Amino acid sequence: MNNNLLFDFTVDKAAKKVFITREFDAELSLVWDAFTKAELLDQWVAPKPFTSRTKFMDFRVGGRRFYAMVSPEGQERWAIQKYTSISPKTNFKMFNCFADADENPQLPGSEWDYTFSEQDGKTTVRITIYNESLARMEKLIEMGFTEGYKASMTNLENLLAALSGK
Amino acid sequence: MQPIGFVFKNIIIMRRDIFQAVADPTRRAIISLIALQAMTPNAIADNFHITRQSVSKHLRILTECELIKPEQQGREIYYSLEIKKMKEIDKWLEQFRKIWETQFNQLDNVLATIKKQKK
Repeated sequence: MNNNLLFDFTVDKAAKKVFITREFDAELSLVWDAFTKAELLDQWVAPKPFTSRTKFMDFRVGGRRFYAMVSPEGQERWAIQKYTSISPKTNFKMFNCFADADENPQLPGSEWDYTFSEQDGKTTVRITIYNESLARMEKLIEMGFTEGYKASMTNLENLLAALSGK
Repeated sequence: MQPIGFVFKNIIIMRRDIFQAVADPTRRAIISLIALQAMTPNAIADNFHITRQSVSKHLRILTECELIKPEQQGREIYYSLEIKKMKEIDKWLEQFRKIWETQFNQLDNVLATIKKQKK
């Protein structure tokens, strides 16, 4: 972890957009690969203890990545990413939506725009996510927390609130 | 109990509809209006070029999400903002930000490992 690297996260609720900027201490071609090659993506996109498993990835315009976020209990949450535009090592765009295990998409989805630039050996990635509904963004959170875990947390929260007299 | 309470306080369990409530521009405008002072449905409707009926519908949804609260004062109902609920939205966004932070830290490690292998 390097705390000197830029990280900016803003949400424009009116435009239903999320803007993320992050700097990485690596050359552009390597960072580009980390975002566009399945074997590298699977190493970092899942928030631990979840793991990412790419069933197939065809990185070309019109191509798709079909992958699952897998919980420690083995529960799979499938999603499809369809590449809509690619300018090598500069920019790519995709449409992302959740899916079932048979590749049937669950709409609505979100539109992602990634821009890459390098300066002094550091690479900046700018991500814009457009969501048709803000409510949908909540599903991304759910990937990090199973229903059972959430329920037990609510119970614990209530218990703690009761104990502290709030 | 204090340390445990501190750890789990950050995990926010939320009803889906809060975000539907703020995703609508008219409802956001209503929230901004009554953030300044409690208002009656008539007074709120005066600020919009939409029907009273449609204002009532928005007020109903906001009330159901517990973002606003109706209060009877004499013959009139005044709606006021539930500041606590609004704060939950910010906390939720903070969680979203944290997930990204975690992901990117993982990517930092992957990049560092690859760089080492190349040397």
